[in-house]
Amino acid sequence: MIAYVVRRALVAVLLVFAVSSASLVLTRLAPGDFVTESLGTHASREAMERMRERYGLNKSIAQQYRDWLAAAVRLDFGYSLQYDRPVRELIPERAANTAILAVTALGLATVIGLPLGVLSGSRRSGALAALVRAASVVLLSMPPLLTSLFLVFVAARTGWFPIGGMSSAAVTGGGALLDLVHHLVVPAAAVGLPLAAMLERLQAQATTDVIGEPFVLATLARGVPYSRVVWRDALKPALRPVASVYGLIVGTLLSGSFAVEVITAWPGLGKLMLDALRARDVFLVAGCAGTGAIFLAFGTLFSDLILGLVDPRARE
Amino acid sequence: MRANSRTVGIAIVSVAAAIVFAAPALAPRPIDARFPGALNAPPTVPHVRDDDGAWHAPFIYPWTLANRLEQRYEQDRSVRVPLAWFENGHVVQSSDETRAPLLWLGTDTYGRDVFSRLVFGARVSLGLALAAALGSMIIGALVGGVAGYAGGITDDVLMRLTDFVMVLPGMYVALALRAVLPLVLPAEVVFALLAVIFAVVGAPFIARGVRAIVRSERTLDYAVAAEALGASPARLLIRHLLPSTRGFMAVEITLLVPAFIVAEATLSYVGLGFPDPTASWGTMLRDASNIRAFADFPWLLSPAVAMFVVVLGLNLAVQNQRAHGTIL
Repeated sequence: MIAYVVRRALVAVLLVFAVSSASLVLTRLAPGDFVTESLGTHASREAMERMRERYGLNKSIAQQYRDWLAAAVRLDFGYSLQYDRPVRELIPERAANTAILAVTALGLATVIGLPLGVLSGSRRSGALAALVRAASVVLLSMPPLLTSLFLVFVAARTGWFPIGGMSSAAVTGGGALLDLVHHLVVPAAAVGLPLAAMLERLQAQATTDVIGEPFVLATLARGVPYSRVVWRDALKPALRPVASVYGLIVGTLLSGSFAVEVITAWPGLGKLMLDALRARDVFLVAGCAGTGAIFLAFGTLFSDLILGLVDPRARE
Repeated sequence: MRANSRTVGIAIVSVAAAIVFAAPALAPRPIDARFPGALNAPPTVPHVRDDDGAWHAPFIYPWTLANRLEQRYEQDRSVRVPLAWFENGHVVQSSDETRAPLLWLGTDTYGRDVFSRLVFGARVSLGLALAAALGSMIIGALVGGVAGYAGGITDDVLMRLTDFVMVLPGMYVALALRAVLPLVLPAEVVFALLAVIFAVVGAPFIARGVRAIVRSERTLDYAVAAEALGASPARLLIRHLLPSTRGFMAVEITLLVPAFIVAEATLSYVGLGFPDPTASWGTMLRDASNIRAFADFPWLLSPAVAMFVVVLGLNLAVQNQRAHGTIL
């Protein structure tokens, strides 16, 4: 088990390294740099050269990459040109915001999706199961971009929820947490509901499959009530295929939260990276991409552990 | 129930396809025609009865600006403008296009007809998604086919690579690849560029499945026989093995198309998609990205509804229970 975790950690380090290096080099290769993007085309040649020298943008790509790498080993990820602050200071706050959004959405999706999946998967007929199925098909056709637009629309019309941002300026102290939760509802639902639909469909399919197996028939024949079989005996084997999807969901979660962050003005990693890409803020782009890769690595590791919990065969 | 919903899905997709083909006839005007006196004007609803209760052929009341600052409009009930059917190469228009235009879905912030832009935008958005899905299919078939046929190290390397691309959040990859190129490009270049980027991001999902199918088909008698008869690897792969992945491909494409529709919308929404005045569903949503659109001009959000309907139609048509929708 320890060897397994170590191996996964090594792969994760490699992933983070590859992703941040690639994004640094790609951003440097892009036409235009931070200087042209921020000074515009009318700046004098001397002013541009001075600025390039100050930020080290006049060095060759190879030289800049070497410098960045040497510093990164000491956990110094360079300076954001746009914010004039170290990347190391900028990212944690934004990354935490994205993590709050993603984890809440995943929790929401699990809590809503799995039980409803067991319910609709264990009943062939019935109004409730049909309703759940229909709701899932509708939500599957509403990716986070559309759910967030729809929810913001509802919020703007009804005034039930704030339509953007993460906190109200006026609220401090004990009310702050409540305020955060209030702001979190729309973005978390926007990311979480399509995921819930996906989990519901998977869980329903898995439950139906397991119920068809001989051991369920045998248990029923011994007189165990149907609902008890569904919710206890069939539950664990039915969770296996669903648990194996969680590893793929992490990427989905990050992609989905990007659209939602932009639309609901949630100050997360996606929004930071978008701004950095637009301004050709090379080190910040590399930092954001690397952080995203860290999320990804943790997510897949976490999902492997969950899979190991419900499926002994996966522990090998 | 299942058969019914499937029929509904097929109907939706057929209507969407028909709209794409008939766009120039359906749209009352080109995408960049502006009505400077009617910014953010609401839809004109066709009436058949006037205020006195008399019946007429379908007609509209023109909008008059009631409050320029708030962009509030009122119907001018004194003038009836009849609709003109099948004239000038358009299915239906107002008989007085310059002063009282027929606006099925109102106008946007620049005074452009939302319905016309939506219909022409369908060509761009759906065309791009389809082109990208076909691209994914070609790349995926190539990579998966070679990996499954060759086996060994080639297989290992190619599959590690696809696993790597698959685990990356597709939206970020597309974003990064798009952003390293000049931010403002002509529309045709953006179309080709996005199609290639999406094709690359979507290809691993196809490559994996193709590889599995090719691997198992390879050992079947007909493949062995073809090989024994001297078929070259390329011929064996293209003539015999890849055709067996048709069913899988068909399903995969219907999963990728919705994902690509949404990906285009997301990129255009954040300003990395098509330039103005090109109409795509994403650029239209970007124009709607302000609070007044949500509160006062809901017709600006019609591309979002169109996107939902098309994706739902595709999902119903193939009875899709999964979603690639959020992969990109």
